[in-house]
Amino acid sequence: MTAIAGSERPGLQALDVIRLRTDFPILARTVHGKPLVYLDNAATTQKPRVVLETLASYYTDINANVHRGVHELSGRATDAYEASRERVRAFFGAASTQEIIFTRNATEGVNLVAYSFVKPRLRAGDEILITAMEHHSNIVPWQLACEGTGATLKVAPIDDRGALILDEFERMLTPRTRIAAVTHMSNALGTITPVADIVRLAHANGVPVLIDASQAAYHMPVDVRALDCDFLVATGHKLYGPTGIGVLFGKASHLETMPPFLGGGDMIGSVTFERSTWNALPYKFEAGTPNIAGAIGLHAALDYIEGVGFEAIALHERELLEYGTGVLESIEGVRLIGTAPRKASILSFVMDGIHPHDIGTIVDREGVAIRTGHHCAQPVMERFGIPATARASLAMYNTREELDALGRALRKVREVFV
Amino acid sequence: MSDLNDLYQEVILDHNRRPRNFHPIADASHTAEGFNPLCGDRLTLYLKIDGDRIVDVSFEGAGCAISKASASLMTDALKGRTVADARALFERFHRMVTTPPDEPVEELGKLSALAGVREFPVRVKCASLAWHTFKAALTHEQKTSTE
Repeated sequence: MTAIAGSERPGLQALDVIRLRTDFPILARTVHGKPLVYLDNAATTQKPRVVLETLASYYTDINANVHRGVHELSGRATDAYEASRERVRAFFGAASTQEIIFTRNATEGVNLVAYSFVKPRLRAGDEILITAMEHHSNIVPWQLACEGTGATLKVAPIDDRGALILDEFERMLTPRTRIAAVTHMSNALGTITPVADIVRLAHANGVPVLIDASQAAYHMPVDVRALDCDFLVATGHKLYGPTGIGVLFGKASHLETMPPFLGGGDMIGSVTFERSTWNALPYKFEAGTPNIAGAIGLHAALDYIEGVGFEAIALHERELLEYGTGVLESIEGVRLIGTAPRKASILSFVMDGIHPHDIGTIVDREGVAIRTGHHCAQPVMERFGIPATARASLAMYNTREELDALGRALRKVREVFV
Repeated sequence: MSDLNDLYQEVILDHNRRPRNFHPIADASHTAEGFNPLCGDRLTLYLKIDGDRIVDVSFEGAGCAISKASASLMTDALKGRTVADARALFERFHRMVTTPPDEPVEELGKLSALAGVREFPVRVKCASLAWHTFKAALTHEQKTSTE
């Protein structure tokens, strides 16, 4: 990578985005005859060539089931799968690979904790504490866990800029709170939450904490030991990796006490028709043939991210966010939703008198891919009194030119409607 | 922009800006709610049916330009028709918006303004929401969805 003039911090190498973009084959394509401007990264990120090649070479060279055979390929597939677990451990700073469970996605991780850790502990009058900016995946599993137990879901409020009101969160931690489940970064607003404070306050009240790092993990380093969180979930496809692979971190002391989530092959110690015993951590929670290719692809994706480096990624994305904010504010009738002092990479907005869905269709014809709708965060939309927003979300490969293209496309939207 | 001009025709933009029959009917004989979870479009449809004739029809709600204009155009088109005729119009409209864009479609008067939606498959649901809600209202289903 070569440095770009104008970097404020001496010694820090700015991203050579033009070169970096060539690592992502899909970015070279056109949509409706226009160059693709991909600004829907909060939904899923694009994949660098090295991830695609890793997936292909797994199936071409070593495809076999893991933890089963004595043959050469099974051994190699198992080694690669477990090497990915070690890579994930290091990426999130966990103490041991015993604490890293592969799931399908972040949603499955939340459900696993809801069913195996929280639900068995819930009694009538107990509480689960979340925030008003959670994704549906960090709301619905807790509602399901509460069902039939007499426990209730409590929601810590956010302010008009979309920041968590930490005092209220603290006040809502009670002796009846069984878990606090909080996003690290809002997918609908871009707000970065004060997760370290959240964990400190919760632990001071004896409350374990689950962190949803799905959005944060591709923008900034997330270290589970520094945070001291009890559980953390993330998803591979937002880390420039494949779909269908996710990660649950859990402290071993918790995971040891938890019953299995799913039963089947690979998660057992021994099976008779009378009873079965469970495999050791983390395998107790990985029933059935896992997404072996996905895990190995995720390994390549995490290597890629660290090769670029979070410092350079964060600097680039922060500059883009500022630039994009300016582009949107320069367009008449545009109002940003989510203006928290600490935010990253999300530009959620509405336009006067124009429904987000119509915005999405028109900018799509200009090759610009943005998300429109409620972003799986309907309570956030309700909080701001709007049915939906349009959302441009940034990743390491985006450029100022692409944000200019968004601005031009939004001016076309106004031409059609105004 | 030609596809876009087909979709956002002046008649669509006009009905979006000034939706017709946009109010509740206090003594409606049939009502139903329609919801498109994809984009959050939501509307309530009111019908007043006397014998076998739709004597009044109206709607309320919030949604994208296509769903709002389609609901507005539909209420204009349904008023005064017999129920059987209205059902037949539902079928003709449905056929129009689901016919591939390169094939000819029946001329349906002002409703033909919505034929442009065929170029935008993900928006067909927006155009059909009101019509599905109309059908649900006839059968007294209280909620309908185009998802």
